[in-house]
Amino acid sequence: MNGFLELFAEYDILGAFWMNIRLTVLAAIGSFVLGTVLAVFRISPVGSLRAIGTSYVNVVRNTPLTIIMVLGVLAVWGQLKIEFFDDFALNFFTYAVIALSLYHASFVCEAIRSGVNTVPQGQAEAARAIGLSFLPAARVVVLPQALRGAITPLGNTLIALTKNTTVAAAASVAEASGLMKSMIEFNPNLMIYIFLTIAIGFCIIVIPMGILTTWLSDKLAVAR
Amino acid sequence: MRKKYISVAALAASAALALSACSPSSTGNGGGETTGGGETQAGGDSVRIGIKFDQPGLGFREGSGDPTGFDVDVAKYVAGELGYAEDDIEWVQTPSANRENALEGGEVDMIFATYSITDERKQRVDFAGPYFVAGQDLLVRQDDTEITGPDALDGKNLCSVTGSTSAQRIKDEYSEGVNLVEQGGYAECVTYLESGQVDAVTTDDIILAGLAATPENSGKFKVVGNPFTVERYGVGLPKDSDQCQAVNDAITKMKEEGAWEEALTKNTEGTGYTPDQKLNDGPEAELESCDA
Repeated sequence: MNGFLELFAEYDILGAFWMNIRLTVLAAIGSFVLGTVLAVFRISPVGSLRAIGTSYVNVVRNTPLTIIMVLGVLAVWGQLKIEFFDDFALNFFTYAVIALSLYHASFVCEAIRSGVNTVPQGQAEAARAIGLSFLPAARVVVLPQALRGAITPLGNTLIALTKNTTVAAAASVAEASGLMKSMIEFNPNLMIYIFLTIAIGFCIIVIPMGILTTWLSDKLAVAR
Repeated sequence: MRKKYISVAALAASAALALSACSPSSTGNGGGETTGGGETQAGGDSVRIGIKFDQPGLGFREGSGDPTGFDVDVAKYVAGELGYAEDDIEWVQTPSANRENALEGGEVDMIFATYSITDERKQRVDFAGPYFVAGQDLLVRQDDTEITGPDALDGKNLCSVTGSTSAQRIKDEYSEGVNLVEQGGYAECVTYLESGQVDAVTTDDIILAGLAATPENSGKFKVVGNPFTVERYGVGLPKDSDQCQAVNDAITKMKEEGAWEEALTKNTEGTGYTPDQKLNDGPEAELESCDA
């Protein structure tokens, strides 16, 4: 028990986890918006948009997140010298959020598309029959039902995103996994406590997400 | 159903791969035997020495070639004094976060890997040495005359490696207005230093000198030479090892014979770096007692 107290006294553990939570929330919003747009592309009647959506998903989904993250810092910041903010910490935080959003958008897109597949064909046809064109039909009829059917895969993506925020250490963001490295470097005597602190910390963040996902997917399921 | 079993097997296999990636990778040098959980302790016919594989000038190994660097040279000398020929040495990669585990698990017999002696670490491992006293310093571009020490960094960009507080220490104690970048390795930091995105890289002086001495960096960077901490590099040994005194004797002999000086010069050539004389002759260089 003293080991935990010592760790919490010496290191800003809560601050580090708070960073992971902020990354999760912002990247979740970013990837949801981009992912929805991509999903609409992929189900649209326009061939070139479908091609854009498909290629984005296939390229980004199959690129390791670390590569995207390192590319943001090593290439965009290190060589191209593009900076969003003068403040260093905020600048790298932005890179990390963008990288996480770009990467997870492809998974969100596929989750929503799987939701679209749960919507019976007749719904889209009925929408067309009352005179709605593609976008209004998607917005008013198809996507609301698709999202309710896609809650479980979206929840899974959110959980993966939460854990993937640790990759932001590669972009110089002071989050939990980077702190874990420091703690192991300077307090190897407390190794077990360090491991448990980080593991339990992520459980505390992730388990409620899983419970919420299950509850929401039951509650919001479209009765057919 | 069959498909399901195959995918479960594939999952298990990939999990095993991921796990083994975390443990020190061991590669035989002479006999080529693969080592498992620690069947041969020191005193057998081969000795397993943990070094860094990614620190030029200290412990560096490209592919399966011979490792080079100051740590490696000291390790070879000490192993020689303990009665092992160079062919009997099996080099094992021990990254910073894994050093205590590797010693406790018997995966290595001793570690020469820029391993500073600290009280926290002594709770899990024994130390012989130190064989070198380093200090935290700065690496800057060759033509830089503004940065003379840790307190001249206000408004400058500073790079260090994730999982070390060395950069944080500068911000806390010397230059509050410094901008910190933390990267996965010092090689990235040096790239930024070259492209001008950072103005200095910080860690122990000898590590910086090793980085600056590589052929591709030669002549581009210099070590400031104003160390502001004391890092005593020890030889990591398993707890209650009986090798401590023998290692200490070997280090003393190496210094007396001049082989120590020779190894140091060879590995930091062309960087204008000289180890801090005062530290390496002073009380900081006094050998650890082996009585514990």
